[in-house]
Amino acid sequence: MTEAIHKPSEAAIWQWLDAVPDPEIPVISVVDLGIVRGVQWQGDTLEIAVTPTYSGCPATSIISMDIETALRDRGIDKITIKQQIAPAWTTDWLTKKGRAEMEKFGIAPPSPAQGPERCPHCGGTDLERLSQFGSTPCKAQWRCKGCLEPFDYFKCI
Amino acid sequence: MTRDEALFEYLLRLGDNTLILGHRVSEWCGHAPVLEEDIALANTALDMIGQTQMWLGLAAEVEGKGRDADKLAFLRDAWDFRNLLLVEMPNGDFGQTLMRQFLFDAFHSVLLGRLMTSSDERVAAIAAKASKEVTYHLERSADTVVGLGDGTEESHARMQAALDYLWPYVGEMFRADDVDTEMVAAGIAPDPSTLRAEFDDIATRVLSQATLEIPTSSFGHKGGKDGSFHTEHLGHLLSTMQWLQRAYPGCEW
Repeated sequence: MTEAIHKPSEAAIWQWLDAVPDPEIPVISVVDLGIVRGVQWQGDTLEIAVTPTYSGCPATSIISMDIETALRDRGIDKITIKQQIAPAWTTDWLTKKGRAEMEKFGIAPPSPAQGPERCPHCGGTDLERLSQFGSTPCKAQWRCKGCLEPFDYFKCI
Repeated sequence: MTRDEALFEYLLRLGDNTLILGHRVSEWCGHAPVLEEDIALANTALDMIGQTQMWLGLAAEVEGKGRDADKLAFLRDAWDFRNLLLVEMPNGDFGQTLMRQFLFDAFHSVLLGRLMTSSDERVAAIAAKASKEVTYHLERSADTVVGLGDGTEESHARMQAALDYLWPYVGEMFRADDVDTEMVAAGIAPDPSTLRAEFDDIATRVLSQATLEIPTSSFGHKGGKDGSFHTEHLGHLLSTMQWLQRAYPGCEW
């Protein structure tokens, strides 16, 4: 053995991935979004399991690319990214930190009541749905009747 | 027909339904009556194309002849498609598009619910993923059918005409053939005739709320899911959808 392969710990890798922003909602990380499902060394190859939010989400391939780039920057060369569809992604996997950042950014986080709890701008609760879909597959459009501002709501699935 | 040959056929049916309907719905992009509807239709189409990638990807894997989802989507001709006739029907007006969507969503949601317990784990996983999206599609298309059906005189008349036009394409969803029999024997998929009662419950509830009358004729068109008799509309759709790969084979960007 002349050369030891440098293998950062899985905990360190999770931390690095937590700095990779979601391409559509850059204030939250791919870890916050709950789409990184596993980090594991297989020999000298790092295996990352990623699950799509929606099956047709065009951001999926960009996310895989961003993850790979971030890890290469940390000196990891052998990476495989596995697409994993089961169990299916659920908004329950969003982290608490992610939900809070999302709301600060102006997107109402998902709620099991199938509608936003409050307006992310003024906190008002008199709300109406404008459309079941929004700027990305994961969002819907709502409006606050208090401040009259429209906002995105992250759908609960 | 071996079990894998039957499974390949069955997966083509699932993938071709979402591919052809996904393409049809995407034809609205930039043309819908209002911006919100445009975005909603485009997102629905996107979900269906995503589901297609999973179904046709698995079909290609099961076939094992080196094809992939793209090759199956872009390099087969009309007679090799296995989608229901309903999904290749033209968009018509906005009401007809949403009526077609509702009839398909109702069937699709019932089918996916059953496929989630498939003996084939790969099928069950895709069904579980797709089912979440389709539940949402159904909620939306049902709401819109009620809104337009129980709307103005004009919108009501158009929705009734759409229902009269599309209803004869409903029967094909529930007709079982040899492929289905093989899938039932393997525990992979349900007998389509057993989905009818649940579909009828949804259709009757929503359409009566929409003040629309289900046609009484039991006549049904068939020939899509077994590929024996597609309508003339499919060829036109494919000539648009497949044009790039036909003109520039293997082109990527």
